[in-house]
Amino acid sequence: MNQKNKVQRMCANALVGACLMAVSLAAFTETAYVSNEKDNTISVIDIDSLSVVETLEVGMRPRGITFNNDFTQLYICASDSDAVQVMDVASRRIVSDLPSGEDPEQFALHPNGRNLYIANEDNAIVTVVDTTSKTVIAQVDVGVEPEGMAVSPDGRWAVNTSETTNMLHWIDTGSHELVDNTLVGQRPRHVEFTNDGGTLWASSEIGGTVTVIRVKDREVLQTIEFKIRGVHRDRIQPVGVKLTKDGRYAFVALGPANHVAVVDAETYKVLDYILVGRRVWHLEFARDEELLLTTNGVSGDVTVVDVDELKAIKTLKVGRYPWGVAVAP
Amino acid sequence: MKITPITRYRREHRRSTAAHGVAGTEPKNESIDRRVRLDPTNAWTAVATLFSAFALAVVPPYVKAQQPAEANQGDAVINIKMLYLEEYQERPPALSNIFPRPEDQGEQGAHLGVADSNTTGRFLRQRYDMSVSRVANQRAALQSARSSVDAGLAFILANVSADTALTLARDSSISGKAVIFNLGSTEDQLRATQCTTGLLHTIPSRAMLTDALAQFLIRRKWQKWLLLTGPQEADKAWVNAINRSAKRFGGKITDERTWSFNTDLRRTAQQELPLFTQARSYDVVLVADEIGDVGEYVSYNTWLPRPVAGTQGLVPVGWHRVLEQWGARQLQNRFQEQAGRTMNDVDYAAWVAVRAIAEAVTRSKSTQPAAVYRYLLSDDFELAAFKGRSLSFRSWNGQLRQPIPLVQPRAMVSQSPQEGFLHPQTELDTLGYDVQETNCSFEKSL
Repeated sequence: MNQKNKVQRMCANALVGACLMAVSLAAFTETAYVSNEKDNTISVIDIDSLSVVETLEVGMRPRGITFNNDFTQLYICASDSDAVQVMDVASRRIVSDLPSGEDPEQFALHPNGRNLYIANEDNAIVTVVDTTSKTVIAQVDVGVEPEGMAVSPDGRWAVNTSETTNMLHWIDTGSHELVDNTLVGQRPRHVEFTNDGGTLWASSEIGGTVTVIRVKDREVLQTIEFKIRGVHRDRIQPVGVKLTKDGRYAFVALGPANHVAVVDAETYKVLDYILVGRRVWHLEFARDEELLLTTNGVSGDVTVVDVDELKAIKTLKVGRYPWGVAVAP
Repeated sequence: MKITPITRYRREHRRSTAAHGVAGTEPKNESIDRRVRLDPTNAWTAVATLFSAFALAVVPPYVKAQQPAEANQGDAVINIKMLYLEEYQERPPALSNIFPRPEDQGEQGAHLGVADSNTTGRFLRQRYDMSVSRVANQRAALQSARSSVDAGLAFILANVSADTALTLARDSSISGKAVIFNLGSTEDQLRATQCTTGLLHTIPSRAMLTDALAQFLIRRKWQKWLLLTGPQEADKAWVNAINRSAKRFGGKITDERTWSFNTDLRRTAQQELPLFTQARSYDVVLVADEIGDVGEYVSYNTWLPRPVAGTQGLVPVGWHRVLEQWGARQLQNRFQEQAGRTMNDVDYAAWVAVRAIAEAVTRSKSTQPAAVYRYLLSDDFELAAFKGRSLSFRSWNGQLRQPIPLVQPRAMVSQSPQEGFLHPQTELDTLGYDVQETNCSFEKSL
């Protein structure tokens, strides 16, 4: 906002047209990228206007997407192309592939900006790729159908979920050895560390729960359950989880329940359920956590939630089966 | 650079189906000795071999496959032993035989279940082994099951006839010492009047299948059904099931016709079937033809232009190759890789039985059949199994609760229970025999 005001002041005396152009250019800062699993495309959303501005063709069955640390590159899991594609953000073109192992689904970048931890769903393996040299530096055997990936903020742990084994696998990023496993509810899908790295949140899709685990001793602190009036408990299937930096809220996408749960991240109480599109999958913040974007697979759209008001404010049509979402400043 | 796919090791366990042909062979009493062990150690040796080759080729030498982390439960490996028991069942000749049922149906699903459970088990120091026994008749099945139970195999995956399943479960030297999973028989009586403690069913009953279909037809407002039936016993059982479903959900069977075609209908369907289906009005034609004799030829040949459903056309199934939702694609891929063919309902019933055993062993922390059985039938048990909901066992008859997909050959059309069919406990119990309709003594402990 400040930047926008500055530009407005700067061109207060200039021609109106030029001024508007400058405003729109300056405001064109934040962009969301949404992977459309069944369209082999990525929808580009301008956060300022909340509209889809471009659709980019990428590899087959794009799912997990994430940026490198300086947001110059976007990594895309093109699952059916058996590749992680690298998109140059400035030109919005695929510039190279990273070796990824078979069927990459989700991944997480180490804080060092270099090591990418990739879950290979068909192979029961986590592949660690050096994004600079584009080589595989390790592969770690995990459970059946590895899916969720997260690296702790201090870079020590890479945690992977395996959907059919129902476990969290703790990988020491120094030795790339699997050192511990935590049994959780049925079909764990996603893991997310809190900003301070103290706890880890893991969603169990079929179990219908979110497990909160203390990182230092890997003890389960809490299992959170959800209940929405008029929705059968079988349809409440937690997938994506997103935590605010200030430790206030956890947002949990509840899949075919078509709601996002708002959880008090300190007391673990469920505060609210926000109605979004159909089969809500993954979540990402925008505008410094003022907004939350949700990908809704079945309805093929993205819901924009106002985080302060805890209300859905807009729905944007994207491609078929939107899966992942990443936001670049 | 591409990574060498390493799941290929499963191929090494793929055995030619020809070697398993049962037709025409004598029952072998020693068949129990033909053990097929998916030994995780061997499997991982294979992986490790692949890996070292891979590591030498493309990765610096310090990179190696990490050994699975040892679970902190001491050194003892927990062994869980199972028997896959298959009884040869006569299949009458069918006119439509282009897509025969695979000879290793069921067994391949069980192997995949064992492989999946061992991948999980290595983090928990569990090892699953399965012996395979294929026998020609009930007597041999009983013998095989008895000697296995004596040898400490507490879990029996039974791909046998309804009668044999009952005989096994009621045998004094088996009952109480083993948990039997019925993978092959959809017989309703096994769930309604003959349910037996120790006998669980992972394959859906006929009633579950016809209820699933009936709900869909009612939801589409296709209430008037013309029923065509074949002459087999199984077809009569299917007719009984659909009659029950019609009564439950408000379908109306306007007419019922039994065929006795003794010509080759493949060549004459276009002449015969319009006449056979001639009637003033019906919304849908239902076919009861479990062996697939003439049912395949009904579609597009009906007197009125109406959809065909039942055992052909739109079919309710426990599993089918077209399912890809809820992560099912990963299971289908793994199966295809291992078996070299697609996964069917009996394979799924076998796979899900092994996964249920493994899940119960892990959560109950016991390998004793009594403890595992108790856990399987408790409220705590739930299993994620690619059907979009957690599955569990009905405490009154041991049937696995599960959604039933309705499929056509190349796509899933719907999945029941349908919205709007309510149940006080779970809508999944709108499919099949509910507790009030069951009349038998079934215990939740062995």
